[in-house]
Amino acid sequence: MSIPKIPLGDWVDTFVDLLQDKLEPFFDLVTDGIGGFVEFIVWILSSIPPALLIIIFAAITLWVSKWTNALFTAIGLLLIYNLGYWDGTIDTLALVLTSVVISIIIGVPIGIWISQNDTAKNIMTPILDFMQTMPAFVYLIPAILFFGIGMVPGIIASVIFAMPPTIRLTNLGIRQVPEDLIEAANAFGSTTNQKLLKVQLPLATPTIMAGVNQSVMLSLSMVVMAALVGAPGLGADVYRAVTQIKVGVGFEAGLAIVILAIVLDRFSQNIGMKKRK
Amino acid sequence: MSDAKIEVRNVTKVFGKAPQHGVKLLNEGMTKKQILEKTGMTVGVNKASFEVKAGEIFVIMGLSGSGKSTLVRMFNRLIDPTDGQVLIDGQDIVKMKPNELREVRRSKISMVFQRFALFPHRTVLSNTEYGLEVKGVDKKKQREKAIEALKLVGLEGYENSYPSELSGGMQQRVGLARALANDPDVLLMDEAFSALDPLIRKDMQNELLELQEKMEKTIIFITHDLDEALRIGDRIALMKDGSIVQVGTPEEILMNPANDYVERFVEDVDLSKVLTAAHVMKRPEMILSDRGVRVALQIMKDAKISSLYVVDKKQILVGAITAEDASDALKSGKTIEDIMVRDIQTVTPDTLIADMFEQVATASLPVAVVDEQNRLKGIVVRGAVLAALAGDDIQLNGNEVK
Repeated sequence: MSIPKIPLGDWVDTFVDLLQDKLEPFFDLVTDGIGGFVEFIVWILSSIPPALLIIIFAAITLWVSKWTNALFTAIGLLLIYNLGYWDGTIDTLALVLTSVVISIIIGVPIGIWISQNDTAKNIMTPILDFMQTMPAFVYLIPAILFFGIGMVPGIIASVIFAMPPTIRLTNLGIRQVPEDLIEAANAFGSTTNQKLLKVQLPLATPTIMAGVNQSVMLSLSMVVMAALVGAPGLGADVYRAVTQIKVGVGFEAGLAIVILAIVLDRFSQNIGMKKRK
Repeated sequence: MSDAKIEVRNVTKVFGKAPQHGVKLLNEGMTKKQILEKTGMTVGVNKASFEVKAGEIFVIMGLSGSGKSTLVRMFNRLIDPTDGQVLIDGQDIVKMKPNELREVRRSKISMVFQRFALFPHRTVLSNTEYGLEVKGVDKKKQREKAIEALKLVGLEGYENSYPSELSGGMQQRVGLARALANDPDVLLMDEAFSALDPLIRKDMQNELLELQEKMEKTIIFITHDLDEALRIGDRIALMKDGSIVQVGTPEEILMNPANDYVERFVEDVDLSKVLTAAHVMKRPEMILSDRGVRVALQIMKDAKISSLYVVDKKQILVGAITAEDASDALKSGKTIEDIMVRDIQTVTPDTLIADMFEQVATASLPVAVVDEQNRLKGIVVRGAVLAALAGDDIQLNGNEVK
């Protein structure tokens, strides 16, 4: 067989070089912006005494959900503090919050857009499939080139990986609004925006929140992986334990991630329900 | 110019890949079935033409799949017609630009839906306000008008409930209030009462009729229920396979079905609940109370009847006399006033035949039909009632049932 190999990898390299060349000021701006945002969150969370922060988290969980979940939140976070992973947890939490906020800011409008336009939906669907199925850390490579080492490439990679559910479920939620309600909205002379804001989005909120919940979980898993490119947090603790083959440390850090995951899940799962009530 | 509020001209809807081609085929004379077989396209509505007068309840009736829901949605263009015109106050809805159409939807036409289509995340009050809200009416006025509309449908005190907390009948009242809050000229009601159970449905029909007396909207009412159509319709259009088969008053449709289809449709109707005294009454023979007994006997003899109603100069019914009493009176020299029976059972022209069976069966005299001023309008004899119920070619009196 003498068919020459298609130089797909070379093309991608060339393309990435080109982007890096032309858009450097833009990437610098993004790096500074995101970095600043994360540091701001970390600063706020660290300036609150851990005990108070745990009480605040438990109280919020109690407000949006059952008391059992609030109890778990309090005990789980206390355990993390006791094991000495508090700072790592706060870093990880800041990374997750940042990437989820970005996912929502970008993802919800895209979801709305593809819910209104079938062509847009047909174009977006394979892109979303691609974003979700490409092994996540492949995104880390160009992210390093564009945004350097540290937490920003980790956040960018996790946004790409975590955003699709928000987009998909925003689209689904809006499309699932019963046809007769859409007819009613139209029959009373609503504009497209009125229909969206007064009928479709309020009714789609539970579904959109389910998407956000999935994005939270995916971004948590990705943020941990971002330790490979130098992002701080619990992932870094796990990564260190792996390289030094320290089973005990690895387990502790892993457990902290699990607790954080459950706390975030219960919280983001119920916030949509709370609103519906 | 006609006095029509709405004129529907040749309105056609073809669903499928090349609707315009479908219209062409229809114009060439192909049937709905042939078009479906040949092209796979469905003819929803086939050249419907009729007029709706201002202030009437116009019922469009047909079985499911007859195209009635599609037709009504073309009035406010929830579905765009493939061909034809819909003129409301002389303006063609079909040609309107989106912003003009929106204006019409906001102020001229409202719609009530079969499954209520209330917004579950809004309270009863804010559901009712919806139309005013999108119209941009200020908040205070919204509230006033919405509360007024809720009062009209009897839902005071439920302003802050959510639709899911209400029964079906109450939910549809909210739907009606929401439609009325805009104060539209035209109300489209798509199977509005079909999802309700029979007793509630009947209540709602009566309430709609009561409301209509006050409001005098032009109402297009869609239903698959013939009894409902006959009860509330001033005029009825019957649809089959996308075409209008017959348009007429309930009596016309019952008594002169345009074709076999309509005839089969109406044959099971309980006529006694549709026909009224006005339909079966005859012109009465009567006599003024100050005339002589001899005249009365002569009238009875000429008309070959055995009794006679007595009225005063204003045609107000005062009594009745029988031939037997009259002949006795002639011998003893009494007057009509002396011998007449004053205690007479009467019905009004709009009494349903179903409600006068007992009187007709037991009365020894023909039943007298009087208006509100007690003026004698006609008499009903047993034979006429039976003939009407048998669906015989009876001569209807041409009196509109109101």
